[in-house]
Amino acid sequence: MADSLVDVECRISEGDYVVLKRGDVYKSVQVQTKKKIIFEKQWIFLDAAIGELYGSTFEVDAGGKLGLRKPKNTEDDSTEAKEAGQDNRHIVDDGKSQKLTRDDIESLKGQGMKGQEIIQQLINNSTTFRDKTEFAQEKYIKKKKKKYESKITVLKPTSRILAMMYHGREPGKVCHLRYDTLAQMLTLGNIHAGSKIIVFETCAGLVLGSVMERMGGHGSVIQMYPGGGPVRAGMESFGFPSHFHDTLNEFPLCKVNALLSGTLNVDEKDRDSGKSEEQPAAPSSGGSESQSMEVSTDPAEAKKIEERERLREQRAQEKKVRMEEKRKRLAAAAALLEGRNADGLVIASRFHPCPVLLGLLRFVAPSRPFVVYCQYREPLIECYTKLREQGGAINLKLTDSWLRHYQVLPNRTHPVLLMSGGGGYLLSGITVSADAATSGAPRKTGEPAAKRIKLDD
Amino acid sequence: MSFVEYSELIQEGDVVIIFLGHDSMMPIKVESGAQTQTRYGAIRHSTDLIGRRFGSKVTCSKGGWVYVLHPTPELWTVNLPHRTQIPYTTDIANITLMLDLKPGSIVCESGTGSGSLSHAILRTIAPNGHLHTVEFHAQRAEKATEEFRDHKVGHLVTVRNQDVCKEGFGVLGVADAVFLDIPSPWEAIIHAKKAFKRRGGRLCSFSPCIEQVQRTCEALLDHGFEEICTLEVLQRVHDVRSVTLPLPDFGPEGGTDKTKIASDPLPEEVPPSTNPSYSSVTCRTATPPREMAGHTGYLTFATKPRG
Repeated sequence: MADSLVDVECRISEGDYVVLKRGDVYKSVQVQTKKKIIFEKQWIFLDAAIGELYGSTFEVDAGGKLGLRKPKNTEDDSTEAKEAGQDNRHIVDDGKSQKLTRDDIESLKGQGMKGQEIIQQLINNSTTFRDKTEFAQEKYIKKKKKKYESKITVLKPTSRILAMMYHGREPGKVCHLRYDTLAQMLTLGNIHAGSKIIVFETCAGLVLGSVMERMGGHGSVIQMYPGGGPVRAGMESFGFPSHFHDTLNEFPLCKVNALLSGTLNVDEKDRDSGKSEEQPAAPSSGGSESQSMEVSTDPAEAKKIEERERLREQRAQEKKVRMEEKRKRLAAAAALLEGRNADGLVIASRFHPCPVLLGLLRFVAPSRPFVVYCQYREPLIECYTKLREQGGAINLKLTDSWLRHYQVLPNRTHPVLLMSGGGGYLLSGITVSADAATSGAPRKTGEPAAKRIKLDD
Repeated sequence: MSFVEYSELIQEGDVVIIFLGHDSMMPIKVESGAQTQTRYGAIRHSTDLIGRRFGSKVTCSKGGWVYVLHPTPELWTVNLPHRTQIPYTTDIANITLMLDLKPGSIVCESGTGSGSLSHAILRTIAPNGHLHTVEFHAQRAEKATEEFRDHKVGHLVTVRNQDVCKEGFGVLGVADAVFLDIPSPWEAIIHAKKAFKRRGGRLCSFSPCIEQVQRTCEALLDHGFEEICTLEVLQRVHDVRSVTLPLPDFGPEGGTDKTKIASDPLPEEVPPSTNPSYSSVTCRTATPPREMAGHTGYLTFATKPRG
């Protein structure tokens, strides 16, 4: 399999962000040697995956080590049943059909028996298996496989996989944003390479990462963030190459008003960090200076003080560099926003979308799409109403999507029994020039009714 | 203007979308000296469009106004000239995400149809990806080629006029993703398999009928595809509006009125007319449209493992 045609990026390396898949369950991890990972109540070490190809499937042994599984055709799905019943008239649920006890199974596991073999044991010890219909047998095996087989596939992360992972495992972290809704956002937002996109999200960085994936490292993204700093864990899980990160900028929400009113001074000392970072450094260095002049009697003591002094200086210097860096980044993000010519706006947050949307929309050029996600419908109704009153946006649509999966099997095709009850709501639209050149009825922009009113007066 | 890159100003030769009002739009090609008639009067390209900013309000000859919009694949989908049934944005969005499309992806598609999905794919895979699209109807293939050129995405796409079920996609071992929207997708699975890169990729088949899905899934399984998954996705629109709900009249409160009601029917009619301000409540809500698209097609996705 390993031939020269296989490019390097197809191999798993240490430090890579990968997604582990077992059945329908995903987990995003970084590959590190000797690092214990818990996945589906199982200890795993990923060491053996390093150097293998992405998409490889591994068997987990009792010690949590991975062993490469051979590709498909060698898979011995030999848990075949020879006999089958016609229907279930003779199947009685008396809880006695399985002769193996919980302890028996545990001891089989303890002996290092593979999942496949355990399932065969379960079948051999089931008094009803032979009476089950062929379909029911298949279902039984599938269910047991899910429980006892510990196959893990290592995948390269994509927004599809990460969105499904978050939705399946931790929907609360992504404001219950379902993957098909994320898909709508990226498409309705016309996210593509070379554009300048503003993102405001509190979805762990998943939406940000998905936007960046669609931009492919071309163009620029400005992440607006609430509070102390941007959250990007979900974006990091994509494992983007470093040049992607060069396209990413961040700007604090709390400075949006200053930027809009033209009073933002990026050279001014950051007030919050100024307090926490500057103050301890400044007075203490001053204090130690006077101190060292006074207490210079003991040479050893003086040396110690000197050393401490030097470290302090160094730390202060580092802080200064960091702050300078932060200021530069702020200035760069401000410069990107100031032109008020962003190509798109994507919002998905737990905040009330109305002020966020109305505030950030002012940075978007005319004739560009925007899309707002909210877990609830009513706040978006309010956004819709406000935008209608204010103007500057047309083609407003409030939607949600309905998603249903199907079981497709010969003669047994039907919708899957469970379906997601809702994937959140979207408000999308297109910006237009708000110039008052023809200011007939700006309150009802884009409505045929508005035109009639305007023609009347 | 290009479908894969925004511009600020309208230029000669651009395709622009004229927004006439709620859900009413039309695409036009900008040519100096030309005029376009709308229900609000004529738009003169030279003076009203060329050199203006996208998103501007343009006053037509009869005094009404419209907005001129930069084209996007989504606007194109609702404005394009239909030569076939087309996939709509809700399905397109899911196809794009589930096929893992991004800048640089190499995609095979069949059929091209009216180019609705093609434009969306091109937008996503630009600037360094490529779309190989196969259409068995010669005239449609020709028309699509022309449109791609007009929309300045011609360099990203190769249109082939052939039958994908017999002749495949015309390329082997290059694709990251394959999309099928043809009457008998199961006959094209073998060609799809050959089109994929050695490392594999993602496949999607769009079919309106469950019988097609059934046969396609069997073919996918036979050819070693994995993670086969069929789903259906629908967009639900919520029309925002204010609704007024009348309040019921339970008559005057308290038990003392018993005799009055029994003796005199007149008071029953008095409250609503004397107190009209309490007779109804207006609330801002959203309602579903009377009818909606209840079925477009089933989307079947699968992963082609490394070969």
